Amino acid sequence: MPEIVLDGVEKRYGRTQVLPPLDLTLEDGEFTVLVGPSGCGKSTTLRLLAGLETLSGGEITFDGRPISKLEPKARDVAMVFQDYALYPHMNVAKNMSFALRLSRVPKDEIDRRVAAAAEMLGIDHLLDRKPAALSGGQRQRVAMGRALVRDAGVFLFDEPLSNLDAKLRARMRTELAEMRNSIDKNMIYVTHDQVEAMTLGDRIVVMNAGRIQQQGTPEDLFERPVNKFVAGFIGAPTMNFLPARAEGDRLVGEGFDLPHPPGLPVPQGAVEIGIRPSAITVDHGAPLELRVVVAEYLGAQSVLVTRCGPHEVLAEVESATRAKPGETVRFAVDPAEIMIFDPETGTRLVPDGEG
Amino acid sequence: MLANVNRATPYLFLAPAVLVMAVALLYPIGYMIWASFLDWNPSQRIGEAEFVGLRNYIYLLGDAAFRESFWVTIRFAAIVVTVEMVLGVGLALLLDRKLRGMTVLRTIFILPMMIAPIVVGLMWRYMYHPTVGTLNRMLESVGLPSAPWLSDGTWAFASIVIADIWQWTPFIFILALAALQSLPQSAMEAARIDGASGWQLIWHVKLPLMLPVLIVTALLRLIDAFKVLEVILVLTNGGPGLSTEIVALRIARTAQEFQDLGTAAAMSNLLLILLLVLTILMFGYTRLTERRAARLAAAREAEIT
Ligand SMILES: Nc1ncnc2c1ncn2[C@@H]1O[C@H](COP(=O)(O)OP(=O)(O)O)[C@@H](O)[C@H]1O
Ligand SMILES: [Mg+2]
Repeated sequence: MPEIVLDGVEKRYGRTQVLPPLDLTLEDGEFTVLVGPSGCGKSTTLRLLAGLETLSGGEITFDGRPISKLEPKARDVAMVFQDYALYPHMNVAKNMSFALRLSRVPKDEIDRRVAAAAEMLGIDHLLDRKPAALSGGQRQRVAMGRALVRDAGVFLFDEPLSNLDAKLRARMRTELAEMRNSIDKNMIYVTHDQVEAMTLGDRIVVMNAGRIQQQGTPEDLFERPVNKFVAGFIGAPTMNFLPARAEGDRLVGEGFDLPHPPGLPVPQGAVEIGIRPSAITVDHGAPLELRVVVAEYLGAQSVLVTRCGPHEVLAEVESATRAKPGETVRFAVDPAEIMIFDPETGTRLVPDGEG
Repeated sequence: MLANVNRATPYLFLAPAVLVMAVALLYPIGYMIWASFLDWNPSQRIGEAEFVGLRNYIYLLGDAAFRESFWVTIRFAAIVVTVEMVLGVGLALLLDRKLRGMTVLRTIFILPMMIAPIVVGLMWRYMYHPTVGTLNRMLESVGLPSAPWLSDGTWAFASIVIADIWQWTPFIFILALAALQSLPQSAMEAARIDGASGWQLIWHVKLPLMLPVLIVTALLRLIDAFKVLEVILVLTNGGPGLSTEIVALRIARTAQEFQDLGTAAAMSNLLLILLLVLTILMFGYTRLTERRAARLAAAREAEIT
């Protein structure tokens, strides 16, 4: 269970720079989630760690030991691939035991470990099947099992749930969250799904275009995003962004006039404000008046898509309010939940004490 | 009723193709089988030939020269296919990587296959020439005695084997390379992470996954090797003695020189039977191993429940 340090790690394919110099420290025994939109370099980072790609610059160390020149097998990593990458010609038991057989672990030890992992994943009745005779969810479990029997120092997961249907994905997510506590290893999990990231990660690293935007606990990212990208990426439905002007202690824009959030320094001129849909509530006495365009009924909650001047604003409200498309509804916004971003750089304005 | 019609539809659509196939394939084969029971020389029409029953076959089984050429054929086919498989697959494994110039190299490798067999024969005959041939001149230039490439029985056999390997290894190479490049990349990466060395990767992952393609490739090559004619015709014409007289050559000579179409047809049939048996054995073997694996799995599953 090494501490992993990426020091100025770079990756180029020909002239395209996929990863600009990247610094990241992954603590021992932590479950780290790398999250970011598709194509931002998450898989590349993972493959560099696994040794499937060579670095174009920088160094990776496991417990201070440089490993960038080592073959994958010398790095003591196990990996779960997005497409599972099972060996088509081997049955489940053989798939799971391949690494152990290569490293000449005694047969009874192999059988014991495969049986234990298979039982934990609920695939012990499938050990004789070939991958072609398994469902997507079962293949996913086999891929997971193949990594688990290894007992490697580092576990790498590359979007392991992205090929499953929504229901199965939710279930596997829960199981993973349970399993993660019983496995005391350094685990690095890559996903583009912020819900997965929030539910699984001890620590989340948000990436965009090869750059780390922010790292921290799920609460850090949700409550104290450093910039507009993180604020927009984390949380669902996504945060509303509106251009505004700071006028005295008011934030004024097209179609709204809101109080300045308490505790924040008062900026000058143009700003961009961010409001989470959950911070908007229906309140018949409030001054903010918005026309509902679409009402998405989700059960207890509904998401109202409304118009505020030229902009779209999402509000997550109790379904009991029964707002209909075409109606104009009055909304209240909790001033403490308003975030202010620099319109140029996207950085969030923070209270004097924070950050 | 309607359902029945629907089920018959595919067969209806297939019928014309099946008919054409039947006529184009079965007619010549039937003709050949019929001819093998006749004492027939080329000046006669088939209707005039005398029916002699199994006499041609009985004669062949007792004919030492035919048995010898049958044996030469089997030896030739077994050796060239084995060597070509090893070389072709080996080369494919070696050249299956992304390096500059690889495309050019691959193209060069498949050139021999594109040359007409007669030309290949002429080219090698020149190279094997005892005095002006490239090979002997090379041997002499490094101070070695020249070799009787085509004039000694054993050497001549080796010479035709070499020429065939030169021409047909590329065929196996291309098919093996295509098979390799269609293997699932991520499974290979998984194996590397699981700790497989280069050899272990080849042995435990690449070769087993290529196996279906390799079996068919070997079978195609085997069938072809049993029928090879032109190169040997040009190189040795079966000599010296009977050392390189493969069955195909003997069939041609029986028909042309000995004017005995009935016996030639009987030989072709024996060759056909041999090829059929080989094909059936090979497919039967894969079928059998698959079935055994399935039975084992079923048995174990039954044991558990
Ligand atoms: N072999 C390659 N050659 C060129 N570009 C590549 C290669 N592999 C990945 N890329 C590029 O690198 C970027 C990051 O890819 P990747 O790490 O797979 O993203 P993701 O975050 O979706 O996993 C993408 O823009 C992709 O197009
Ligand atoms: Mg990816």
